[in-house]
Formats: sequence, structure tokens, C-alpha cells
Amino acid sequence: MADFLMPVLGADMKAGELVAWLKQPGDSVQRGEVVAEVETDKAVVEIESMFSGVIEKLLLQPGDKVPVGTVMATIHAEGAEAEVLPAAVATVPPPEAGRRPRPRAPVPAAAAGRLRVSPIAQQLAAAHGIDLSSVVGSGPGGRIMVRDVEEAVAARGAAAPAPRGPEDRATRMRQSIAAAMSRSHREIPHFHVQSVIDMSRAIAWLTEENTRRPVAQRLIYGVLLVKAAAMALRKVPELNAVWAEDHVELKPAIHVGVAIALPGGGLVSPAIHDTDQISLGELMTKFRDLVQRVRAGRLRSSELSDPTITVTSLGEQGAESVFGLIYPPQVGLVGFGRLTERPWVVEGRIEARKVIHASLAGDHRAVDGYRGSVYLAELDRLLQEPETL
Amino acid sequence: MSDAEIREKVLGILGGLAPEIDVHSLKPDVRLRDQMDIDSMDFLNFLIGVDAELGVDIPEADYPRLATLDAIYAYLGEKLPQKA
Repeated sequence: MADFLMPVLGADMKAGELVAWLKQPGDSVQRGEVVAEVETDKAVVEIESMFSGVIEKLLLQPGDKVPVGTVMATIHAEGAEAEVLPAAVATVPPPEAGRRPRPRAPVPAAAAGRLRVSPIAQQLAAAHGIDLSSVVGSGPGGRIMVRDVEEAVAARGAAAPAPRGPEDRATRMRQSIAAAMSRSHREIPHFHVQSVIDMSRAIAWLTEENTRRPVAQRLIYGVLLVKAAAMALRKVPELNAVWAEDHVELKPAIHVGVAIALPGGGLVSPAIHDTDQISLGELMTKFRDLVQRVRAGRLRSSELSDPTITVTSLGEQGAESVFGLIYPPQVGLVGFGRLTERPWVVEGRIEARKVIHASLAGDHRAVDGYRGSVYLAELDRLLQEPETL
Repeated sequence: MSDAEIREKVLGILGGLAPEIDVHSLKPDVRLRDQMDIDSMDFLNFLIGVDAELGVDIPEADYPRLATLDAIYAYLGEKLPQKA
């Protein structure tokens, strides 16, 4: 028997509300097939099965709150009993898994009338209005740690009544983003490196390529950036990874998360799977589809669970450079600024060239600035050979 | 196709891209990008809509001629057979 779990949908999504079951007990299901729809603050997420088999039991009703890691249903999986597929392990809560209900003695943190709490946990609790006397500490001697407060915040979010208004939803989304980005800022020792890349060849190639394509199959320069960002990871694979508590876990496949603004504010960074392997045409098709679904508020769970690095491009909004915060547990974020004409020295002459500022935010626990610079150099090299993308 | 029909089609396509705005309130002589939060993906989707609805495949070289609504109407007016 296999558990059908509410997967981790990114650092800023801790819970959702079950909207509907798309399968019933007795129905067969294929791995990757959508079994349920869960509404989060950012989208209705189609939750896919990690297993092929037969649905045995549905454990939740539409309207129920679903914190990540919740067993939503059981599936009689094909093949071995209770086999847990490796992919499921990768997709479902790596760092968060240890935070799901675990057996631990409820040590009263307020023993002897004085709370034992780490200073950062105290600040975090104050920021979220958490009453520390109600928090069970998991540290030595019952000391309340940051993770305990985060759990309390998530649990409160999961247990709170779900206001349905758009303003409440926007507020909750900002709170979720705030929690994720505060965690990024607090836990990840960021470094930034930047390069200015001559885009003349890439743009000339794109213009020529687009004359051969009907309008519905044309490319935008953003897909060249995303593809190059993905391919450059082959040279610096330690950036295609997640930080798991105290070590880096390299990811075998490259799934670039592309930051897309949500209508009305906020953003989401769903994955384009196997970004380095697919053609520019396929990438464009997937990117367009993703943008349309983000704006319609419909995404798939694997798109939110699987990104191994994020690419954000803010140039069209006017930013010249981007120095982003990494989306945990990822260890890198690639930023692109505005495509603009600048004087550029070529063989001793000054020419007007289209250039773009490309930056990398790296997690210094996982990778160093030296390798970050190698990554940007590879990105530059790839964009000088656009026909190879 | 009459000018009025072209305008109606163009505004309909834009409305589909940005349902949150009232496209009839757009100023025809002001750059669209200054009035709408559109990026290159939206713009390409607009061109795909024009191709599908009006049968005009606009080449990339002509993109700079499409900055305002007035410019778009004029461009499409050139490309489409006029109707009295």
C-alpha cells in the first residue's frame, strides 16, 4: 500500500484546501495522473500520483485543510507492496519531511517558569504573533528552536478558517512569501556575481529564426535565456541542487523554475521539466502554457515541487540588474535584467551592442563564488552560440 | 473589413489577454506598454490572436510599428481589404 501525500509545493506553500477528488476508490491511476485538486493561496494545484495502481481509500473530504505531508489517500500500488518510489522521496518533503509529526516527548518549554527559546525563534514568534508558551520545544532541554516556531506558524495557517475573499487571499499569500523569503535571508549565506553579456548574436539569430516560423511558433528571447541557464548547469552541476539540512544534494535532472508574476501581485516559480533537454520550440510551448495556466490559477503539483534552480527576468519591467534571494531549499537563482543597447568595445572599436546583465545568487554553503563565475562564463559562451541552444 | 470592425477585434484580443482592465479606456495614442502591464509573451499572444482572428501574420520586423492602438489600427487597415 502506498500513501498519496500532499506534496511540498515550494517553500512558501504550507497548506491548501481540498477542492475535489478526481478519482474514487476502485479507480485505477497511473503515475503522474491527477488525483485531486487542492487550492492554495497561489493557484488551484492538481496533485499528481507518484504511483500507478488502484485507489483504495480517500481520507479527506472536499473543504478539508491539507497541510503538506498529509496522507490524503491510500493507493494499492502496482508491483511491490508499500514500495516507495525513489522519485516520490525526491518529490515529497526532503527538508520538510523531518518536520512532519515526529515522535517526541512534549517537553514543556516553560519549565521553571522561564521559556527556553533561541533568540531568532523569539524574533520569529514575535513577528508572527505566536504565543511561545504554547510551543513545544524540540531543542536540548525543550529549547524552542526556529523550526518549532515555523511549525507553529504553519499549523496555525493550516488550522485557521479559510477566508475566501481576494484581499484575505492576497494577505495570506504575502505572509507565505514573507515566511519563505525571511527563511532564505536568515538561513542562506548568499553571494552574488554578475556578468554583462553581449546579446547581439543571440538576438540576430532569433530574428532570423523567427522569420522562418509562423507567428504561433515564434520564440521570445526569454526562452534563449532559460535554455542557456539550464544548459550551463551541466558545467556547474553543484548549482542544480538542494540544501538538505547540512549537506548539498545534487539533482540528476535539470528542472528550471521560471518566476512568473501572478495577476494582482505575488509570484510563483513553476518548473519546466528537463529544461536542458528540450528544443527551443518545445520550451516556448511549455513556457506559454505555463504562463497561461499561472494566470488562470491552475498548476500541477510536480511543477511546484520539482524546480532545481530558479530563473527570474525583470528586464521588461525596467530593472537593469537583478540580485535575487534564493528560493529554499534550492541553492541558486539566476537573474536577468533589461536588454539594452550599450557601447561595447570590439577589437579596439566602440560599437553599439545589445547587452544584458546576468547575475547569479548562490548559496555559499553549497557552492563558491569561483564556481558561480564559471557558471556565468558558460552562460555567456552559450549565448554567443545560439544555434546550439 | 471596416475600421470599426478592426477596432472591435483588436480590443477583444487585448481584453482576453488582460481581463482585469477596461480596454475601452485605453488611450489610442499612448504606448500600450505604458498603459498595460504586458511583456513580450503577452505581445506575442496578441499577435497570435491577430493572426487567428484577422488572418494577418505580422512579421517581427514590423513590431516597432505596433506601439499604440492607433498605430495597430493603421497597420491592420493597410493589410486588410477595406469595406465601405
